[in-house]
Amino acid sequence: MTGTTLVGLLAAALVAVGLYGFLVNPQPLRKLIAFNLVGNGVFLLFGFIAERGGLPGIGGDPVPQALLITGIVVAFAATALAVTLLLRLHESTGSTSLADEAPSPKDPAA
Amino acid sequence: MSAVLAASTPGGLLLPAAVLVPFVGMMLALVLGARNVQRVAALTIVAGLGVAIAIVATAAQIAAPLEYVLGAWAPPLGIVLRADGPAIAMLLAIAVVVVGVGLYASGDFATPKGAPEERAPTVYWLLLLAVWGSLNLCFLSGDLFTLYVALELVTFAGVPLVCLDGKGETLRAALRYLVFALAGSIFYLLGAVLFYGETGTLDITMIAERAHASPATFAAIGAMTAGLLAKTALFPLHLWLPPAHAGAPPAASAVLSALVVKGSFFIVVRLWFDAVPALPGPAAAQLLAALGAGAIVVGNVLALRQERLKLLVAYSTVAQIGYLFLMFPLALDPATGALLRGDALTAGILQAISHATAKAAMFMAAGMIYAALGHDRIADFAGAARAAPAAVLAFALGGVALMGIVPSGAYVAKKLLLDAADASGQWWWTALLQGGGALTAAYVVLVLFRALARPQEPVAPKKPADRTQAVATLALAALSFVLAFATLGPLPDGLLSSAFSSKELLATAAILGAGALLAAGLGRRRDETAPAGFARRTALGIGRAFECADTMLRRWPVAGISLLAITSLFVALMAAVR
Repeated sequence: MTGTTLVGLLAAALVAVGLYGFLVNPQPLRKLIAFNLVGNGVFLLFGFIAERGGLPGIGGDPVPQALLITGIVVAFAATALAVTLLLRLHESTGSTSLADEAPSPKDPAA
Repeated sequence: MSAVLAASTPGGLLLPAAVLVPFVGMMLALVLGARNVQRVAALTIVAGLGVAIAIVATAAQIAAPLEYVLGAWAPPLGIVLRADGPAIAMLLAIAVVVVGVGLYASGDFATPKGAPEERAPTVYWLLLLAVWGSLNLCFLSGDLFTLYVALELVTFAGVPLVCLDGKGETLRAALRYLVFALAGSIFYLLGAVLFYGETGTLDITMIAERAHASPATFAAIGAMTAGLLAKTALFPLHLWLPPAHAGAPPAASAVLSALVVKGSFFIVVRLWFDAVPALPGPAAAQLLAALGAGAIVVGNVLALRQERLKLLVAYSTVAQIGYLFLMFPLALDPATGALLRGDALTAGILQAISHATAKAAMFMAAGMIYAALGHDRIADFAGAARAAPAAVLAFALGGVALMGIVPSGAYVAKKLLLDAADASGQWWWTALLQGGGALTAAYVVLVLFRALARPQEPVAPKKPADRTQAVATLALAALSFVLAFATLGPLPDGLLSSAFSSKELLATAAILGAGALLAAGLGRRRDETAPAGFARRTALGIGRAFECADTMLRRWPVAGISLLAITSLFVALMAAVR
């Protein structure tokens, strides 16, 4: 097994672990961490593809590396936004559950 | 050099302008502060509408899609913005809806002179412009990774619109939306990365040339499609939509329901019709439309079962999203099994546009009814037609437009799809298209029946109707009937001349009659436990079964497994028919 293949397998494992975490954890913070795990798996996969696509004489395909940076920034922004919302939710309701509570019939909010 | 550099078409600069104008306006508004935010937003909206009209005019003049090559770098290294027919139609329609929603919001989110500055109005205008700019990028970009960024921007701008009031319930709805949308976006990104690995490019036209049937390509299409469906809230991935769309203020709900979901829908169209038209094949297209069929049935029945008008309209969006996906199997070329850009695609875009105007008008009407009555419980709507006549009329017009009754845009769309279904012998879609209109009619009839009822005591409006809001709402509802024609050039001959024949009028009556029957049987009443006849008890049983199914599908683990299952099903179906 070459080093590149190992990276590819690791990427697949990260995606799998992340998806499992996303499915089974009811806590939004854990879902977010799971989302970041899947994201890192995808980024690693992109790195693997960059390495594979390198031209002779160049270490790797540079395009995926540029896109990776953008992807990481977007994932970071998403996580930051979600954590902020989570903190606000905890502040105003004291809970962080995402469970769907049916609005009571007397609830005047519209 | 010609391999590296490429030239834009005339008027190409209008495309980056369409994306940048809303964002520049947003930045300016941010700098100039809450006092001026509404003025800057108004100017930006006028400028953006101007750009959209200029794009339409230029495209008509050169009779070809507009292209702008950023920095003159040709793909695969560079990025191209491209405005073809569907993109231009969406661009113009969205601009018009933004104008309407903006006029309505000027009543709800104004900062009057001397009043203290508030957070919600400022944020609303900034986000409205951000949603608009990101959507324009969704329509114009010809690059899968740029589309990913656009998709994320739409979500980032849409999520805070849900929780403008900062209450616990809406914060929860916003977080649900964001977390599920993130799952969708990572699926999309995984697909994009796999595409790059297979073809060495992310440019859609180059992928169309290079992509070939392989397990990795199928996985890419499956993951991307499922991720986009999660963001579009196509059944059964709609767990986030009803609380998010129903909880937001009306002007924000209109943006979320009419505009935001169209971005990811449009990228599905780009992927299937432009990037890989030959690869999905008939089985996967049938699955996509089958999910749409599920959305139509469940969404419409659930809409009938809601107590509150805003939730009813939100579930109506769940159903309407289903209609958008019916075109996929009907666009297949029977000879090759590839997707063709023909009448079926036109119909799908028409439906998206009619839904944008009609749904915006319906949410705005719901907001006006709430303002007039002080509540939005459908069972207590008696007298609403007196208290808020413009709002009830706009709701009716929007509803009629959604049903696909002559002569709305949705009617033309339905006609085109019916013809395609007949031509390809797919009778099951004919049945669904005919029955779907009756299902839509049911909840519109239910609301109108309640609103037109004579109240026991006269109902005085709690607040006089805002004239600008009434005009904006009515205008958008009326536009559902004309905008679609304005945005899509010539239609097949005889389509409109036969629209008012006695056969069509009979079909319209049948749709309304069936809708009224459904509403009588399934519609929620004030006292659900009152003794009832056998028919009503059976109907109630069916209604409850649908409610149970919906509650179960909207649980997190179930929705997550659905996302995985849909991905694998797409991949399996694409590989199986090969």
